[in-house]
This record gives sequence, structure tokens and C-alpha cells, in this order.
Amino acid sequence: MNILVNGKARNINATELLEVLNELGYGNATIATAVNRCFIPVTARVDITLSENDRLEIVAPMQGS
Amino acid sequence: MISFYEVELTSRLMLGTARYPSPKILKEAIIAAAIEVVTVSLRREAAGGERSGQAFWSLVRELGVRVLPNTAGCHSVKEAVTTAYMAREIFGTSWIKLEVIGEDDTLQPDVFGLVEAARILSDDGFHVFPYTTEDLVVADKLLDAGCRVLMPWGAPIGSGRGLNNVFGLRALRAHFPDVPLVIDAGIGLPSHAAQAMELGYDAVLLNTAVAQAAQPVAMAIAFAAAITAGRSAYLAGPIPTRDMAEPSTPVVGKAFLA
Repeated sequence: MNILVNGKARNINATELLEVLNELGYGNATIATAVNRCFIPVTARVDITLSENDRLEIVAPMQGS
Repeated sequence: MISFYEVELTSRLMLGTARYPSPKILKEAIIAAAIEVVTVSLRREAAGGERSGQAFWSLVRELGVRVLPNTAGCHSVKEAVTTAYMAREIFGTSWIKLEVIGEDDTLQPDVFGLVEAARILSDDGFHVFPYTTEDLVVADKLLDAGCRVLMPWGAPIGSGRGLNNVFGLRALRAHFPDVPLVIDAGIGLPSHAAQAMELGYDAVLLNTAVAQAAQPVAMAIAFAAAITAGRSAYLAGPIPTRDMAEPSTPVVGKAFLA
């Protein structure tokens, strides 16, 4: 299945968001996610199934002002 | 002591964490200036390989400072609100420095979007620190939306120009004597920060002036000292300004020698 991860095309096997994150190598990283511009809390990652061409955003802490 | 949303702080200098020469210098600046609150942000994290976000977060946690996540770079209510939710989950705080940018040259806030986003987030339990202008009507609407802190700009972000509209900032202070007010953005020199404190502002938030200084740690210390001096001066009661001279040496009893 092809999706966009942080704006880049990726081909993935998993469909459940939690499994997708593991497949992409995020493991235990401190991240937050949004699918198609909607925030998906950690607790909902097992409930979300991605579809073809979905847009997944994965963010982490960064320096800011 | 200053209190933001029932959190009491000793330091009135809040520091941004971006644009330092190295994480080591950032850490030294925070420690040297006894900073208690730092601003942080969220950005896309690459899969696998280098995880710069994780390393940065470890550094901040080691320092034990309170974090104020921002919504920097957001240009719409939807974008800012979604970012705030992501920040609350990652950083584990209800504090959010709410930015809704309306104009790219000045990074001026879109105050209409700001008020809308502030209401949505406040209603959902966030403690919002809105990056706003010195406009009194906008300030009133932000308070009505649930904000209990206001953060007016001194000047455009990163400009280092100091307080562009002292008259407006003084009016804001006078209109809202009981609301914690923080000058956010545009500060370039410790004297600018001291001036903000002399006007009665409660704190100053800055980043570039320290991070991009030739010696960031020394500049952080200078800002901390200036803010302490400015606060002391405000409490001491500055004299009013005058248009004409007034002799400070008593003239009564002066010898007639002309």
C-alpha cells in the first residue's frame, strides 16, 4: 500500500497505524501522529487503519522559540 | 514570584531553545541564567537513522525545566489546534504557546484566528499563552476566550528591535493590571528586556538575542541581570518623565554672584 509519510511516498505492508509506525522504524520513539490532518492519540493508534494514499504525519520534539 | 496558570516561578526570563551553536551551549545558557521555562516545538521526525528530536528531548528532560510548547509556523486555526494536541501528548503539559501567523514578512499574528484557536483550546483544558499584538480589543477577546496570560510582541520575531510601540504596551499594562503579561519576540538587547520590566511587564520570552550572540551563555546571564534590574526598578516606582528641565540641586539659599 502506498501512503505519504511526512510528505514522502512510502510503500508499506501494515495497515493498522501502530503496526505501520513499527514497520517504519519508530519503535518506542517519542512521537505524535496525525492522519489526513487529524490528530491521532497514542491510545487510538490500534484503532486506526490506513488506506491507500493516506497522509501520515509523524512529529517529534524539536528546538523552538 | 510570578504565577502562570497557578504555576509559580522565580525566574522572569523564559528562553527559546532554537538556533544555538550547539546543544551544549544551550544547556549551559539555561543553567547559567537559572531558566525555569523553555519553549519547544514539534517537527517531522525522520524514520530510523538520525533521531535529532529524541536527543533534544532527552537534553531538556535532563535539565528538569518546565516546557512551553509552541505552534510556531502554523498559519491556520486547524493547523495550530492540531499541533497543540500533538504537543500536549508528547510533552505532557497543558501549556501551549499559541501562534497563528497571519503575515510572512513580519510574522504578525492572525489575531482573528488566534482568538478562535484560543477558545477551542481553552475549552478543552489547555492553558494558552497567546502570541499576540498590543491591541487592547484583541487582548480583551483573548481573555474572554479563556486565556489567563497574554504575550504581546515587542517587535517582529527575530528582528532584535526592542519595544516598537512603548505607548501601546504601556496602555496594555494599564488596562489589564491583574493579567500576567509577557513580552514575546523582537528583543535584541538586555536594555530592551529591562525596559519591558520597567513598564511593569511580568516576564520576557526571547530566543535569538541569546542564541545568536557571539557568546550565548554570557548574553543569557546579561539578560537575566537586566530583567532583575528592570523588575526592581518597576517596584521602586520610576519618576514621571517631563518635557522641561527641573533643577535637582536646590536653588534656595544659592549665593548671589551674578
